[in-house]
Amino acid sequence: MSDNQLPLWEVFIQSKPGLPHKHAGSVHAADAEMALQNARDLYTRRNEGTSIWVVHASAIIASNPGDNDSFFDPSDDKVYRHPTFYEMPEGAKHI
Amino acid sequence: MLEDAFQAKVDREEKIEPKDWMPEDYRKHLIRQISQHAHSEVIGMQPEGNWITRAPSLRSKVVLLAKIQDEAGHGLYLYSAAETLGISRDELLELLHLGKAKYSSIFNYPSLTWADIGAIGWLVDGAAIVNQVSLQRTSYGPYSRAMIRICKEESFHQRQGYEIMAHMAQGSPEQKEMAQDALNRWWWPSIMMFGPHDADSPRSDNAMKWKIKRESNDELRQKFIDKTIQQAEVIGLTVPDPDLKWNEERGHYDFGAIDWEEFMEVVKGYGPCNKQRLDHHKKAHEEGAWVREAAEAYAQKQASKLQVA
Repeated sequence: MSDNQLPLWEVFIQSKPGLPHKHAGSVHAADAEMALQNARDLYTRRNEGTSIWVVHASAIIASNPGDNDSFFDPSDDKVYRHPTFYEMPEGAKHI
Repeated sequence: MLEDAFQAKVDREEKIEPKDWMPEDYRKHLIRQISQHAHSEVIGMQPEGNWITRAPSLRSKVVLLAKIQDEAGHGLYLYSAAETLGISRDELLELLHLGKAKYSSIFNYPSLTWADIGAIGWLVDGAAIVNQVSLQRTSYGPYSRAMIRICKEESFHQRQGYEIMAHMAQGSPEQKEMAQDALNRWWWPSIMMFGPHDADSPRSDNAMKWKIKRESNDELRQKFIDKTIQQAEVIGLTVPDPDLKWNEERGHYDFGAIDWEEFMEVVKGYGPCNKQRLDHHKKAHEEGAWVREAAEAYAQKQASKLQVA
């Protein structure tokens, strides 16, 4: 009983103008127009979106969580990237 | 050891995501649980869909349509989550059609009157809410996020049902009798939705260890009963359990013995509507094939047009 359920698309919704698009889940659709309409019907029934992006699931490249330690290592020990690292003269304002 | 690191992550309440290493049994358990949850949502559209054309007012029809549409959506959120575990929609549907995947036993009961729509919204969605609120804290990320989304949408479902029951209970004697009858038929199946007693629940140990399940069957069942009795009292309906009694010491209601034989029969496939539910699902799938084929054909035609141009 093999039956094509159509390609997989990942869905990103922007809830209000100015906010980033957030991953909401996925839909199956034959083409971009169908994917957008399916995403709208599935993820914005309560007016939760002002913009929708759909992306072929195969187009998404993801980092490998198994490599997290080495992949993110360079950012782990650079405390001088944070403002709290710096000692400010007493009394200085707006800095 | 990968298994130790995985368990430590779970114990720290960190979510497990699709690309993380996970024990094969964890993956299998989740595929089964999430897909059966998804199947339940879609099959659940049937007893309610049965009354769309006979809803007693335009308002109630519009509301019922919106609820059923939500259930389809909930099924889709859950299929989407299940598919992140490395199984396709085709495979999931095949397992359902072959009877190898189950769905919640509650949907094998018929919706005989309009009051059943009230009872279903109030009790069945009410029980689902208790279960789903707990599952918001499940360890698998996509399942947890689907639960959060579903919980936001579910409360109007229960209110819709309770409103119908309240309305009828305040109506004519015949209407009140119809509401009471629906409550009589849906009460015990609803509390069976939480599954066997903890001692008789075979898969619960792993489910709790891996934090897939956060509270036991009996704990959730007790929560539901405690909340619902008061709601019945407010609208003047009687829960059909003569052994129901508030236990001051426990701080909970004591309740009567559940007929587990009935539950097992329905789970095994011998409930009133098992065959009908599955036949209907297969029929809809087969009769809808032309839509999927047409969509694909159109997409391919458009794509080749672009290439030629």
